[in-house]
Amino acid sequence: MKVFDEVGQGTINAFAYAGGIAELLADAMRYIAALRIRVRETLDQSYLLGVQSVSIVILTSLFTGMVFSLESAVQAVEYGVGNLVGGAVAFTTARELGPMLSAVVVAGRTGAAIAAELGSMVVTEQIEALQSLGLSPTRMLVVPRLLALVIMLPLLTILADVVSIIGGMLVAGAYAHISQESFIASARSALPFGDVLKGLFKSAVFGVIIAMIGSYQGLQTRGGAAGVGKATTGAVVTSIILIFMFNFALSYILYGGH
Amino acid sequence: MALWAQLDDVCVRYGPKIVMQNLTLDVVEGAITCIIGLSGAGKSTILRLLNGLKKPDTGRVFVRGNDITDMRERDLIDLRRTIGFAFQFSALFDSLTIGENVALPLREHTKMPDAEIRKLVSETLESVGLAHVEDRYPSELSGGMVKRAGFARAVVTNPQAVLYDEPTTGLDPIITHVLTDTIVKLRRRLNGTAVVVSHDLESIFQMADYIAMLFEGAIVAYGTVDEIKRSPNPIVQQFLQGSEVGPIPI
Repeated sequence: MKVFDEVGQGTINAFAYAGGIAELLADAMRYIAALRIRVRETLDQSYLLGVQSVSIVILTSLFTGMVFSLESAVQAVEYGVGNLVGGAVAFTTARELGPMLSAVVVAGRTGAAIAAELGSMVVTEQIEALQSLGLSPTRMLVVPRLLALVIMLPLLTILADVVSIIGGMLVAGAYAHISQESFIASARSALPFGDVLKGLFKSAVFGVIIAMIGSYQGLQTRGGAAGVGKATTGAVVTSIILIFMFNFALSYILYGGH
Repeated sequence: MALWAQLDDVCVRYGPKIVMQNLTLDVVEGAITCIIGLSGAGKSTILRLLNGLKKPDTGRVFVRGNDITDMRERDLIDLRRTIGFAFQFSALFDSLTIGENVALPLREHTKMPDAEIRKLVSETLESVGLAHVEDRYPSELSGGMVKRAGFARAVVTNPQAVLYDEPTTGLDPIITHVLTDTIVKLRRRLNGTAVVVSHDLESIFQMADYIAMLFEGAIVAYGTVDEIKRSPNPIVQQFLQGSEVGPIPI
């Protein structure tokens, strides 16, 4: 019977968590729809959460593009289809790797930062201070982070796509002697522009996930420094799991198995 | 006597722990009401009930005759603009300077020009004995200065009432005296109400018009400073004398 109790409690907790996130998102959307946006804070957060993630996104996407090309280019040339390598790298990067990689990296870096900052504000009574001043923590803190990530993550994904393809092109040239012209021509023919846009749409969704999970976990922090640590870890783990789940669902919906 | 606020038959629980049981308290308008009691007795919870940060499990909370118990968050936001709150650890926003902290409610709630906001912030900081600290961050100030900056932020919008949570805890006797004096001066300047939660008896006797003692979830004594000092209630006397012997379990 204890197992059933635990399963039941776990289910209730999961629904309560999802409900809390949905409520926070609805509250944030209400402020965005009413254009009650703090522009300066949104720009600051765009810099902190987006621009400061540029170097880590460049590094991870560069090496991922390089290793993808390394694994595929030599075999492709052996089988006489070296002219398809550029297409394979660009196709996979724009549709899956670029959005996913940048989202996971940003979830690890900024999702944790959001949860830690808001969690620290909870335990030092700064959130209550905002409320006691008649200010909404959603408008003051959540909306700027949400907008910053929805804008910056697709931009980071464009960067990741470009860097990853360049990395793949360099390795394809060095190890399989595939010319840059052939690589680019193959990439162009294999990748419809619509797919790039769909990849960027996925990025925007991942931005919402990272901002909302980080904010919600931070605002739900209880119990001092240990609570902040727990919120931070929870934010990263939950965001990454949800990014993978939503990636599958969105790919299925957007690309329909093609 | 007109009442600024009233807690009527309030019960509050934190999980299984009952913090308040059938608690009733009147807060007189235009006076300083101090709430005393043991650590963890729920004194700070009373302040949070008064500005709607906490809802009671049962009972009603009235502020200026309005029942705020089931008020929507949007209406509570309007109510809170009229009530200043000075937190125990000041709760200043550490990413903002002292000037930005104090200016925040003005920038968010008024259309005052920037120059006017700067002037008012400067005047308010001076009124709590802090001059020329606008550009410094909270981490660069001493404990007493941070407390006073928290007072300045709480009163900059000229609220009808100010709630002080442990304003003198952990500070030296000189700063404690300065802060007590500041609370009295601010109440006079605002011509409003103050509710102070503390167990610093010396400072309470210096500033209080009324004292309420909270014990085991209820108000066990209420009156002026003299009435409380002369209270026949053994719980009050044990608390005032700081004695280990008496009805309060150690």
